[in-house]
Amino acid sequence: MKTVKKLTPSKSTDPTRKISLTVNGEAVEREVSVRMLLSDFIRHELGLTGTHVGCEHGICGACTIMVNGESSRSCAILAVQADGMDLRTIESVADKDGCLHPIQQAFQDSHALQCGYCTPGMIMNILSEFESNSKIDTSDEGIRELLSGNLCRCTGYANIVEAVRVAAERMGKS
Amino acid sequence: MKPPVFDYLTPSSLTEATKAVNEIPGAMIIAGGQSLIPALNFKLAWPSALIDIRNIPDLDKIQINDDEIAVGARVRHCDVEKDQRIGKLHPIIHKAMAYVAHSPIRNRGTVVGSICHADAAAEMPLILVLTDGYVTATSVDGNRTIAAHDFFKFHMTTTRHDNEIIQSAHFPLPNSMGGYSFQEFARRSGDYAIAAIACLMTLDNSGKVEEVKIAGCGISQRPIRLNNVEQIVIGSNLTENDLSQAMEALGESVTSPDDIHATNKYRKHLAKKLLSKSLIEAKERAQKRKLS
Repeated sequence: MKTVKKLTPSKSTDPTRKISLTVNGEAVEREVSVRMLLSDFIRHELGLTGTHVGCEHGICGACTIMVNGESSRSCAILAVQADGMDLRTIESVADKDGCLHPIQQAFQDSHALQCGYCTPGMIMNILSEFESNSKIDTSDEGIRELLSGNLCRCTGYANIVEAVRVAAERMGKS
Repeated sequence: MKPPVFDYLTPSSLTEATKAVNEIPGAMIIAGGQSLIPALNFKLAWPSALIDIRNIPDLDKIQINDDEIAVGARVRHCDVEKDQRIGKLHPIIHKAMAYVAHSPIRNRGTVVGSICHADAAAEMPLILVLTDGYVTATSVDGNRTIAAHDFFKFHMTTTRHDNEIIQSAHFPLPNSMGGYSFQEFARRSGDYAIAAIACLMTLDNSGKVEEVKIAGCGISQRPIRLNNVEQIVIGSNLTENDLSQAMEALGESVTSPDDIHATNKYRKHLAKKLLSKSLIEAKERAQKRKLS
């Protein structure tokens, strides 16, 4: 037993770096392995498990977060690259008292989720679009184009398209 | 999934970066990382070090002069997409940009990164080839320019030397009186093209095609100019007969083998249809510009 313990390194030998960034309005400082993905950093180092990890190669959109106000795939960014950046994850979207954001409420009202795995990525992508544009193209085609980078394997998308339309109406974006 | 172990450098100048890439065997340049990080996640790439160009000044500039649009190595797809001047002066870039992945990818990925990644079905390499563009490479040995037709060698392979950094891509401006068209077929919005055809065209006073540039991606081992098709189209009225001759000539340039996305036969079919659509649309646009 003792020999094994001696041979086992107590710490990873990966090169590391110190990063400082803002996550959901809070300043964060951490030493990270340079090969750590931002999605893993958010989930495992910060414990914000609302950001989901699907394909881990930028296809499925489950890990979408906002980086400096723009939607981005957290699985296709290294944590070190987020040094100095301002991140928002799904945990920042609802009010502190648990009151849902209009986009989340529209998802619930329209039955736009089943297993919910893709939902945080969907919401963050839609939110960044809503925040950057005064008007949203609420035609089926326009909404489907907006959602084209987020895969859902449960719903068949019809209710998600509807939820985006409902949210846009309620928020005066349509 | 986990990327392999590598060192990570953030040089603060191009000189420092070229020195690093020259001295560290197996180092790779990273900008937006939208192709490279997925490759790292799958351990398809094993760089000894990543040289992140994020802190190098001036590489985030889009420079426009009378002849060309120069895009620095840190300029993201979304920066080009939102630049109104490019939409006006070089509308085909704008048009093609809508086909580049999805907005979360365009918010991080860079134009020069996509060109260096050199996927045979990617849109920005196609536009560089179409416009007779070029890239500027820099290294400890100095600078050189590489024309698009010399740069793309094979799918994901370019003539960039290991110690070079591509600092900018240059897109010559099209004739302001000309028409353009970008036609792509992909199974889902944002996917790489199964086939795409782009063209730039000017008409003479009698309405015949005066000049034309045609290029395709997804149809060969690299983005290609379709010179044989251009020869057929120049001087023609684009009658149905001219179009079918052009489509016939295109067939031999569609050399992609059967793969999981499409057979060669299907790609030929798609490319021909896209060619016909793009020639017609470019002609219509050129006619409109002549009248206005």
